[in-house]
Amino acid sequence: MLWLDGVAVELGRFRLTASLEVPPGARVAILGPSGAGKSTLLSVIAGFQAPTAGRVLWQGQDITGADPGDRPVSVVFQDNNLFPHLTAAENVGLGLRPSLRLSAEEGSRVAAVLARVGLEGRADDRPAQLSGGEQSRVALARVLLRARPLMLLDEPFAALGPALKAEMLDLVKAVAAETGAAVLMVTHDPEDARRLGGQAIVVEAGRAAPPRDTAALLDDPPPGLRAYLEGGGE
Amino acid sequence: MADRADPVIRTAGAVSAALVALLTLGALAAVAGRAEGLPRLGPADWAAIRFTLIQAVLSAGFSVALAIPVARALARRRFVGRELLVTLLGAPFILPVIVAVFGLLAVFGRNGLISQALVWAGLEPVHIYGLHGVVLAHVFFNLPLATRFLLQGWLAIPAERFRLAAALGFTPADVARSLEWPMLRAVAPGAFLTVLLICTTSFAVALTLGGGPRGTTVELAIYQAFRFDFDLAKAALLALIQVAICAAAAALAWRVAIPAGFGGGLDRVTERWGLTGTGLRLQDGAAILLAALFLLTPMAMIVAEGLPGLTGASPDIWAAALRSFAVALGSAALAVTLALSMALAVAAGPRLWAAPVGALAQLSIALSPLVIGTGLFILLFPVADPMTLALPVTAVVNAVMSLPFAYRALAPAVADTGLVYGRLSDSLGLSGWARLRIVVLPRVARPLGFAAGLSAALSMGDLGVIMLFAAPDAPTLPMQMYRLMAAYRMDEAAAAALILLAASLALFWVFDQAGRRHAVA
Repeated sequence: MLWLDGVAVELGRFRLTASLEVPPGARVAILGPSGAGKSTLLSVIAGFQAPTAGRVLWQGQDITGADPGDRPVSVVFQDNNLFPHLTAAENVGLGLRPSLRLSAEEGSRVAAVLARVGLEGRADDRPAQLSGGEQSRVALARVLLRARPLMLLDEPFAALGPALKAEMLDLVKAVAAETGAAVLMVTHDPEDARRLGGQAIVVEAGRAAPPRDTAALLDDPPPGLRAYLEGGGE
Repeated sequence: MADRADPVIRTAGAVSAALVALLTLGALAAVAGRAEGLPRLGPADWAAIRFTLIQAVLSAGFSVALAIPVARALARRRFVGRELLVTLLGAPFILPVIVAVFGLLAVFGRNGLISQALVWAGLEPVHIYGLHGVVLAHVFFNLPLATRFLLQGWLAIPAERFRLAAALGFTPADVARSLEWPMLRAVAPGAFLTVLLICTTSFAVALTLGGGPRGTTVELAIYQAFRFDFDLAKAALLALIQVAICAAAAALAWRVAIPAGFGGGLDRVTERWGLTGTGLRLQDGAAILLAALFLLTPMAMIVAEGLPGLTGASPDIWAAALRSFAVALGSAALAVTLALSMALAVAAGPRLWAAPVGALAQLSIALSPLVIGTGLFILLFPVADPMTLALPVTAVVNAVMSLPFAYRALAPAVADTGLVYGRLSDSLGLSGWARLRIVVLPRVARPLGFAAGLSAALSMGDLGVIMLFAAPDAPTLPMQMYRLMAAYRMDEAAAAALILLAASLALFWVFDQAGRRHAVA
């Protein structure tokens, strides 16, 4: 279980507090107006942003001070998930060994996950030769290979069209199901949250609320979320 | 977290910074410790100070003034070979000074092309040695640099302004007054001060073309106090004066925005109107033709005079070339290692570090090779025979001198790599050598190749600190060439000049190309 124990982040006038738990294997969307701190919340969990107070725990272990690479997380960013000078296979292989010195067995595992995400025969292509959707598939193949128990996604498919985005969300769910990982995904689109299913954390007015059932939340949103979803109230 | 630098990067950055501090500030302290009071200065020394300032101001003034019509013509005319000419404007930067002097003598010297023409017409040959010779050589080196600065200024004027001017029926004089003059007022002072700063450290030009006591710079006076008078205290005092002059010029230059000299994008021409008048075309054509002749004739003469003697070049020349080659490679390796490790430390380290480390990497802009050389001599003398260390010391000093350029080329790319791929690398646990090999080096390959090429070429052609330490039996190629010229063995000097020219350009080209080839996407 992921436990944010009295976490607070203060950056100048910006303030975010979070006290919440995410069970293993959960699928959680993070919703809220821009600037409220959705990405900050993810950064704290990933280890890019040190909290000013509180602790981050995974399975009872304090990981507040751990390096990003040592945490039980895989991250998919909004962009720059791939190194443009490395091939698809190398970009995926980094997930196994940062030194890229892969054994034959590891090499075939890389090929297998690439095939799993539908990129058979594209192993030697560089990102520039891949479409936006294919680049997302490479990033997800790496997540699949790393098989870390937490998947953090920061608006990963914002640049894709609606149909492709839906396809990618289904792939995310499939990858999470295969690795048993919990998913935390920042999005500003309630439809993404519905498609992901499961629960949602609402971040607004300086606070990240504990996860609630997404469908129930969106069908009967609290005032702050309603203003964000439906406009008005400004 | 964000501010937690890799231990490898942190250590490498700290070691590099300490080494550079020792070589610059340490040398400076050694010089200051040995210097005697101002009353030691004789009339000849004051003359050297005066000469240094006068020639620097004249050189900078002529370089920028002459660059204005050339840059303007290049900015508004399209012609075959324009791109090549703009590229060639970057060449003098890596041209060995002694080679350029040889080329200039072949054109402007007593037996040069112009003198021959004058004698043929029954007139006196030109006399090149002295103030005007020094200024001529400095203009040869810095006219291209100033032209590139100004050309950048011209191309930075938005095309829409020229379109509007054309729509309003502006004459070329109106355009000059309302668009070009304000740009020049902003850009020209920076170009002037940059050239001024470069010229205040003139050594090899003054050594070869100064023509004696009346044409001696402070930098040259340090060498003379050192080699001829064996007066270390006076050499140290002169070195301090040199530092004061450089620091003053650098401080002035720093205050004015200095345009970046190596920026790309000089190959486009802004669309212009109303320039079809015959007078204007003649004016621009003449500016371009004269500039090209001034720059290319000496280089052509080096090739023409060097080729015949090439096959008969003595083993001494080849041995010296080999020595210079080794010095150049060592110097380039050191300069690039220092620049990269310091840029990485600045990009990844705590903020408190960034400013002092960045400043240290660029400090040698305000120092001169002979100042550092004098300081190192003072530091080394008690522990080792500096003469036996001539080549390594030369390589190290050359590396420190090219460090600012290497650092400026690398730092933006390194910082950018950290911004764009830092988090991804962190989240994948890429650290230390793996991060350097897999992420950083491929991303900065292009500026890395450029920096290595520049450092190697500058070191290959350096005729400065080697003259201080010079062991007579192991000269570098520039030094060997200087000796041949001083002994009037011009055929051999010509062959050496051609070899040196080819080696410098080849070193730059090979490294630069390797960087470009490895830069993917």
